[in-house]
Amino acid sequence: MKAKQESQINHQEVNDLLENDMLLRKRRIRRGKINSAVRYAILIAVGILMLYPLVWLIGASFKTNAEIFTSIGFMPKEFDFSGYIRGWKTSTEYTFATYFANTFKIVIPKVILTVISTTVTAYGFARFKFKGKKLLFSILIATLLLPNVVLRIPQYLMYREFNWLDSYKPLVVPAAFAVDAFFVFMMIQFMKGLPKDLEEAAVIDGCNSFQVLWYILIPMLKPAMISVALFQFMWTMNDFLGPLIYISSVKKYPVSIALKMSMDASTLVQWNQTLAMSVIVLIPSLVVFFIAQKHFVDGISTTGMKG
Amino acid sequence: MKLKKYEGYFYILPWLVGLLVFTAYPFIASFVLSFTDYNLQSSPNFIALGNYKKMFETELFKTSIKTTFIYVFVTVPLKLTFALFIAYILNFKLKAVNFFRTAYYLPSILGGSVAIAVLWRFLFADSGLINIIIGVFGADPISWLGNPKYAIFTISLLRVWQFGSPMVIFLAALKNIPESLYEAARIDGAPKTSIFFRITLPLITPIVFFNFIMQLVQAFQEFNGPYIITGGGPLRSTYLFPLYIYDNAFKYFRMGYGSALAWFLFIIIMIFTMITFKSEKYWVHYDGGDE
Repeated sequence: MKAKQESQINHQEVNDLLENDMLLRKRRIRRGKINSAVRYAILIAVGILMLYPLVWLIGASFKTNAEIFTSIGFMPKEFDFSGYIRGWKTSTEYTFATYFANTFKIVIPKVILTVISTTVTAYGFARFKFKGKKLLFSILIATLLLPNVVLRIPQYLMYREFNWLDSYKPLVVPAAFAVDAFFVFMMIQFMKGLPKDLEEAAVIDGCNSFQVLWYILIPMLKPAMISVALFQFMWTMNDFLGPLIYISSVKKYPVSIALKMSMDASTLVQWNQTLAMSVIVLIPSLVVFFIAQKHFVDGISTTGMKG
Repeated sequence: MKLKKYEGYFYILPWLVGLLVFTAYPFIASFVLSFTDYNLQSSPNFIALGNYKKMFETELFKTSIKTTFIYVFVTVPLKLTFALFIAYILNFKLKAVNFFRTAYYLPSILGGSVAIAVLWRFLFADSGLINIIIGVFGADPISWLGNPKYAIFTISLLRVWQFGSPMVIFLAALKNIPESLYEAARIDGAPKTSIFFRITLPLITPIVFFNFIMQLVQAFQEFNGPYIITGGGPLRSTYLFPLYIYDNAFKYFRMGYGSALAWFLFIIIMIFTMITFKSEKYWVHYDGGDE
């Protein structure tokens, strides 16, 4: 009799518990849904804040000057290409074609030199033992944090002595000497993550260290080398202070300086020209970013680089 | 065989030369120059601490330093908080995370461009898009770049808008936290906020620390934003310290004074980096730390 009662109570309890559990689970699912709705709402709102200025820029570049300052929407009432045509011509005797050519005269050699010099340096640090390596590596890390601002004046005076002013040499030549510690560090980290067995086998087969680098390591290093090339491309495209200090003749200006000049020269009447040229200046970077966005995000997340 | 011992040096040689010529020499030279009155025209004279004394007597130096501190201590915390917050949300298993991550990252990668600074000047112009938008809500237009009170914050906002790169780093760190740690806390019924502050945040403090230092060093050297958008104005309200250095060194060619200013900024950056490193033990938890 007693036992029966007990089992009934137990049964009741178990039932209650189950029901309770069901309720809890339902509530959790509902709360989960609300939570993810809130999260999406935040992400979308922030996304709009992040991207609308860029979208607006593209739209505004096709607007007439009057429309730029009156409408919120990004779609122009009619497409007006005059900003592009007049902006491209610029108020100087050169067109943006010259300025783009100048930019690429800096960017292309700089990217190539950076990739080569950082790969070679990283190879030395990651794969060889030598006296003072620890100290040199600490110096490398210290230069990561060294603010450039403190080097700029003597560098200028030095390039002046070399007769390098108003040429692209001050902007390009240092890249051949792996001066961007970030990239060296990134390559070292990447190389340390690669297995060494293939290299050891190659050495046994009689490869010298350069052959090991060329035939074994470089094919595996490709993703890291691409990341270095991409970041250096972006930074050099965007570089403003370097050319501002070193380039003084208009015909040698890269686009970053040309754009600033066009902005300073434009009165209220010509603002769509400046906006149109801003779009043009961003196009190479945008194209590269969308083709290679995976490399950017991977590069930055694995090594914690600045962007 | 003997060569093998030196092979490593052979490969790091370009870097070593670069270090000596483009980094070490300029570093020492600017220190030496900072005690001279070198101005390109005449040969430098040693004036001891003259430049350093002069700067503390210059009104512009003081306002510039003050502006720089305001700028740094508004920009860096805002940018990092935002980056962490968004990374935290992106870390929930949501659809389209990759899309959002790319969208948020885009401004950081383009942000250094002159084109973006130009865009900023248009967006925040007196009759620019931002004022048109707030006008729709019935607010009076604000002189974002014309009013000395607001201009520095408008510049700061440009850099906060580029929270993408610290965000990507935070996100990678958050993904590394093992799920099992969260599960244990959830079974114990810990609320979300305490999970965040007691588990998530302590585990990623090394990354917070790294991001903080990188952003700090960058912010103290901000040049493009104020130079292009406001030119340091109005009324010098956005005249950040690197602009002051630039004007002295490359506009007036006061190389000695400019070097002293650069060293002053360098020392400030070093002090803040040191403080952060020293305080590390109080707030940064490395794996298997003091738990």
